[in-house]
This record gives sequence, structure tokens and C-alpha cells, in this order.
Amino acid sequence: MFNNSINNQADRRLNFLLLIVASATGLLLAIIILFLLNESWPFFANRWRDGTWLQLFYGQSWYPLESQFGMAPMILSSLAVTVGAVVLALPLGLGSAIYLQFYASPRWAQSFRLLLNVLAGIPSVVFGLWGLTRLVPLITSWQPPGASLLAAILVLTLMILPTIALTSASALASVPRELLAGSMALGLRRNSQILHIFLPAARSGISSGVLLATARALGETLAVLMVAGNVVQNPSGLFEPVRVLTANIALEMAYAMGDHRASLFASGLLLTMLVWLLSWFAHRVVRAHKQALQYG
Amino acid sequence: MAERIFSWLIMVCALLVVAALLWVLSDVVLQGAAHFSWQFLFDAPTDAGRGGGIAPILVSTLWLLLIALTVALPLGLGVAIWLSEFASSNSRFANSTGITLDILAGVPSIVYGLFGNAFFSIYLGLGFSLLSGGLTLACMILPVFVRTCEVGLRTVSNDWRRGALALGMTRSTAIWHILLPAARPAIVAGLILSIGRATAETAALLFTSGYVDRMPGSLLDSGRALAVHIYDLAMNVTGGDGAAYASALVLVTLIIVLNTLAQSLVDSWFKRRLVLA
Amino acid sequence: MNRLKERSYTLGEIEQGKPCCVPQPHLQIQDLTVGYGAKTVLSQVSLDIYQGCITALIGPSGCGKTSFLSSLNRLSDHHADAHVSGKILFDGQDLLHDPVDTLKLRRRIGMIFQKPNPFPLSIWRNLELPLKEHGVRDRNVRHHKIEQALKDVGLWDEVSDRLHSSAMALSGGQQQRLCIARALVLEPEILLMDEPCSALDPIASAVVEELILRLRGRYTVVIVTHNLAQARRVANYAGFFWMTERVGQLVEFGQCQHLFEAPTHALTAAYISGARG
Repeated sequence: MFNNSINNQADRRLNFLLLIVASATGLLLAIIILFLLNESWPFFANRWRDGTWLQLFYGQSWYPLESQFGMAPMILSSLAVTVGAVVLALPLGLGSAIYLQFYASPRWAQSFRLLLNVLAGIPSVVFGLWGLTRLVPLITSWQPPGASLLAAILVLTLMILPTIALTSASALASVPRELLAGSMALGLRRNSQILHIFLPAARSGISSGVLLATARALGETLAVLMVAGNVVQNPSGLFEPVRVLTANIALEMAYAMGDHRASLFASGLLLTMLVWLLSWFAHRVVRAHKQALQYG
Repeated sequence: MAERIFSWLIMVCALLVVAALLWVLSDVVLQGAAHFSWQFLFDAPTDAGRGGGIAPILVSTLWLLLIALTVALPLGLGVAIWLSEFASSNSRFANSTGITLDILAGVPSIVYGLFGNAFFSIYLGLGFSLLSGGLTLACMILPVFVRTCEVGLRTVSNDWRRGALALGMTRSTAIWHILLPAARPAIVAGLILSIGRATAETAALLFTSGYVDRMPGSLLDSGRALAVHIYDLAMNVTGGDGAAYASALVLVTLIIVLNTLAQSLVDSWFKRRLVLA
Repeated sequence: MNRLKERSYTLGEIEQGKPCCVPQPHLQIQDLTVGYGAKTVLSQVSLDIYQGCITALIGPSGCGKTSFLSSLNRLSDHHADAHVSGKILFDGQDLLHDPVDTLKLRRRIGMIFQKPNPFPLSIWRNLELPLKEHGVRDRNVRHHKIEQALKDVGLWDEVSDRLHSSAMALSGGQQQRLCIARALVLEPEILLMDEPCSALDPIASAVVEELILRLRGRYTVVIVTHNLAQARRVANYAGFFWMTERVGQLVEFGQCQHLFEAPTHALTAAYISGARG
């Protein structure tokens, strides 16, 4: 609304001040991106000519001290852990959201919501601690060594469950009430109402919540590091230990030098790119849905 | 029949989720309480953290948070005001700032750790210190804080902007006395989100503020955050589980207390101006 | 501005129904054309607004009446791609081309909107904020002016016991009268009203209408209304806007009685009789 046309000294001064603040922030944002590029540059520069920089994406062996920088197992593990967590958390979270929105009595719903809110605020390292001291021994007693892909998936599932349940519940809650009245008038059963009317109508809210949770799972470092076993290998079974990209950075940054260090920055860039792709996708989903509402 | 099975499935989902979450929560509370005593808050850690308390770690955590908020809040609020009230909708600078903010809001915290290590610790020569850790956290929470506040300001009714302009008021007055107080819920939400993220952060701090668990003497000293302490106890210290759970309990409580504090501070600051129905 | 301050500040000296207008133009509008982007919404409007009179602007929705009003206090400046051409003469200045301090201008030309837009502050702060903004530093003076403005709009008796509670809790009609008081407290010369009664229920609308009648003589009022009966009851002069080829134009302007009883233009006659029947 305010748009252009500043007509007095006070506003000119504030505008100037804010412009400085915004420029400083813009500069900071640019510095973040430039530094990530700059620090990973040596890695690419040394391998650009012979094309071995692509090894980063498909190379199988990660022996940084012998200049073998293959991240494929870790990339695959990251994806496996993330996909596993989302596949588990999505139905559970969505089911809880439906329960919260349509089945629970008001008092129950309130306590459930409180529980979800508290757990959404619990630091990931606490989930990691719990996974390490509770879950891993449990899995060990069944299928050693315990610290495994499965443990990582379960811990991440718990971590993103509250987020998915809460965002889905609020997406369901924002479905216009007229739809409900309409479906009641048609005499639809409750399950058909939910499946055929509410879920489709809340689709964009739910999917953007899920995509954000996916980004969180992909970017999570310590909770996964603490329970996944951290052996660099392709994720071949649920009970095999794996190492994900983020954990690799955390484990090796302390002593990495030269190209090794640069390769860690390169994997940071790769992660950023993946998350970027996801959030771009989330934007697209929300926008497409808005347009469908406008013209549909 | 279908209806029966469907409601049954939903109930099972909800029950499973409640049970799992309660399991985690009760473990943290019970095991934490078992190892907790008031002395735990005021003692220095001994024997790599197995014994003693977490006093220096709490102090470091609060310093990190303080640095992060002091830098990120004014900057973030300024950028949010500029984006929503001053930047014209077709300004290229505003648009690219917005896009960059969106990207950075989703960047994993370990990547911020990489950046903080390269920029603050090495390039600016701050080394492993509270300052470089706090500044890294500031970079991390800035995008989210800006976006929440900006959205909050944009949803404030245009009627008030128009009314203020028609009375010959400056935008500065309108922003300060009307728009910011009206956007209070979003500002509180952004603040709580930021505090939560900054206090819970581990990965971004590993290579910026470091591991040292002594009481920090200055902001250029290394200091160990509570979350890092939990990580270290669980991973590197055998027999540190009890202390780790107690620290986890303290961390969760700390976040809840800080959020309540932030909420009431912002509320009391704005309540003086704003009288809602 | 001095001239303004010396005025005694009471209403009701002027008997209702008596011709109160000085046939002396307060605002002279010549060839006013308003457009947004590539679209022209109002073309070549010329008319005089007479001092102390109520001028009603009638016509169908979307024919540029609101755009006309917001050009008069330069609120159109704040619309992203609005362009206004022509001349608006006020106090020897061309508001569109001479350097004008819009903040002072908007103090002299107040505006009331269709939807009541009291700020989310207390009733008292709603009036105090604009006064402070325009440099009325003396507490007692402010106090006096606020009380007088609330008395002028007939709110004082209704709200004097809850001046410090929220303005948002008032009823729609009270909110609109508070907005009028908020404009009056700045002692303007001209009041622009954009359908001030259309969002109110019939009783509240009648109260506001009576208030507008009482403003006649003391203030120059320009009121946009869709209610022809209301225009007829309150106005001294009336202008009829119509859209030809999607561009708003002023079809007829003259004394209210004349326009309603013996319109010279066929369109006017049709609109008035159509709305009547």
C-alpha cells in the first residue's frame, strides 16, 4: 500500500536507514553463498579438466586422504534415510491430524496438540540422545549392530512427526466450512467426507508441510549421526550402518585439510541445492493450488 | 463397514503417535530428573562431564543466544519493515533479497556451520569463540525471522495504512505506533522460532564456538553450548548418559522458559500502545 | 494555519436549512484525469467545490468517484501506478504541480472512508496520535481538542467513561463517528467522505447523516454516496458521474435541488428516476 512517494524528512531518514540495513543483510546473504562457493572451489578447480569432479556424485569410494572423493554411498544413504522417515511419518502424521480434527473430543484434542507442540520444540540432539540410549540397544538385541539405517529412520520419523501432524491439522482446519455443510447435505459418510472432500481440499497445505519436513529430515545432522553407525557404504539393508552427507561433514570437518575440506564444502553446496529444489517444489505446489482455486 | 475400519485405522495412528511421543518425553523427564539436582545448575563439569554440573555450559549457551538475538533481531525487523513497507513491489533488489532469504531459510544448519567456520573463525580471525558461534547462529535465524515478521506486517489491514496517511501522519509513525503493534503475533512467533532454533542448535556450533567446557572469560573464548554438551556426553563419554539426560531436561525447560519470557516481554512492550477489543 | 487556530471550535451556530454556502470556490478542479497503469478511470473532470457547502457525488460503482476523492488529498500518490493530470487549485496553489507538503495538506483536507478504520488503540489514543504527529505538544490543549472533537460528533456522552478502552470494541456507527472526530480534531477545512454510511446499519447511518448535516457551514464537505435520498437530504451541490466506454466522466454538476428536480442531461434524469422507481 505505502508504495513509492516518500514526502517527508522522517520517512526519508527511516527509508535510508532501512535501506542500509537491507543492503547489509543482502551483502551478508551474498557472502554466505560466495564463501560456500569459494571454499569448495579448489576441489572443483583441481578436477575440472579431467572430469573427475563428477566422481563426487557417482564415485563409490570415499578415501579423502588418498584423494578418492566418491560420495555416492552417502548421497544414497541421505536419500534413503529421508525417504524412509517421510514414508513412515506421512501416514502416521496425517492420521493423527485427521483424528485431531474430526474424531477427538475438544479436551483430548487440546492435550494432543499440546504434546505435539512440546515435541515439535524439542531439540534434535535430544531425539538423537534418546535414539542412542533407547532405540539402538533395542535394535541391537534383535539385529546387531543396532546403529543402523532403521534407527536413523525411526529417530527422524519421531522428529518430523509433530511438524507433519500440526501442519496437516491446520491445513484441514482451514478448509472452508461450506464444503462440510455441502457434504453433510449430500449425506456422505464421515470417512468419505474426509477422504474425498477434506483431504483433496487441504492437499496443498499438507504437501507443503510434508516438503518442509522432508527438507528438515534431509538437513538433520546430529540426530542421524548419533544413531546411524556412520559406516560409508551403500544402504543395502535396514540393519546396516550408514553414513549420511551431513554427518560426514560433522565427523570430518575437524581434521579436514586442502581438497578434503573443499570436498566437504562441496557436499554442503549439494545439500543446499537439494533443499532449494524441495522448497522450490513446495512453492510450486502452493502456487498451483492457489491458481486452481482462483480459476477452477 | 468401511467407516468402521477407517475410524479404527485413524485411532491406531493417533494412539501410536501419542505412545511414541510420550515414550520419548517421559524418558527425557524421568531419566533427566533422576540425575538432576539444583547443584547441577551451578557446578562446573568434572570427569569429562560425568560428574559435576553444567554452569559454564549454561553461561555459554545464554551468551551465544544473546549474541545471535542482538544481531539478528534488529537487522531482521529492519529488513522485514523495509520489504513490506518501503520496497516497491517491482524492485529487483527487494525481489532478489526475498528469494535469497527463502533459499537460506532452508539451508541445513551444518552448512551454516561450514560457512561460520570459514568466514567468522578463519577469515575474520575470530577463531573458535562465542562470538563466531553467536554470529553463525544469527545468520541462521535471520532468514526465518525476517520472513515471519514480513508476512505478519503484510497481513496488517491496509485500512490502517490509508487512515494514517489520510491524517497526514508519516509512515514512520504509522509503522511504529500502529503497524508493528498490530503485527505482534507474527513477531512473537518469529522470535519463538528463532530462540528455539538457536538454543537447540548443535551442528552449526561444532566448528564455530567449539567444545571447551570451561567458563568463558570473554566473548573471544571458546564455549560449549548445551546441545553440544549433550552430543558430546552421549557420543564420546561412556557413562555420561545420566548427565546427558539431565542436560537434555534442562535444555527443553530452558527453551520453554525462554519462549514464555519472549512472549510476555513482547506483549508488555506492545500492550502499552495497543488496545485490542 | 494561524487563521485556523483562531476559529472558535463549536458546531451548531448555523441554522439548518438556511443557505449556508458562500458562493466562493474552495477547491477548483480543472480537467482532472486519473488512470492506473494503462487504464484511464476518470477523464477530464472540471468542477468547483464551494466553501462551507456539502457537495454530493453520485453515480454507479466504478465510475471513478473514489479516485476523484483521493486525488484531492493526494492519497493517490501512494497507489503504485496511479497517474493524475489536470489542475486542482486550493488556496492559490496547484496541488498537482506546485510543491505541496502533503502532510500539511492532509491536515487541511481530511478524509473519511467507507469502512470505519479506527486504529487498534484506545479511543483516546486514536485522537491523540494525529494531534501529536502534527506537533500539538501541550497536553492541556490536546485534552481540550479531543474532548471538543468527541462532543462535536456526539460521542462524548457515550464513551467518556471508557476513553482508554479499545476503539475496536465500539459499534460500527460509533467507530465511523470516531473516525470523523479523528479528522475533525486536526481542524481541517475540507472533509472528503467516501460513502461514509454504506457500511452502517440504518440507525447508525441516520446518526452519521445528521452529523454530516451539522458540519455544513463550518467545513467544506465532499461526499460520495450511492444513496440518492441521502444526497438529496444533505447536499447543497451535486455532481453526477457516469461511465462512457469504461471511462468515468462528470455528466452534470449543479445545485442539488436543480439536479434532482430538473436535470438537464438525459442520463441524469434516467439514473435518478431509475433509482427512484
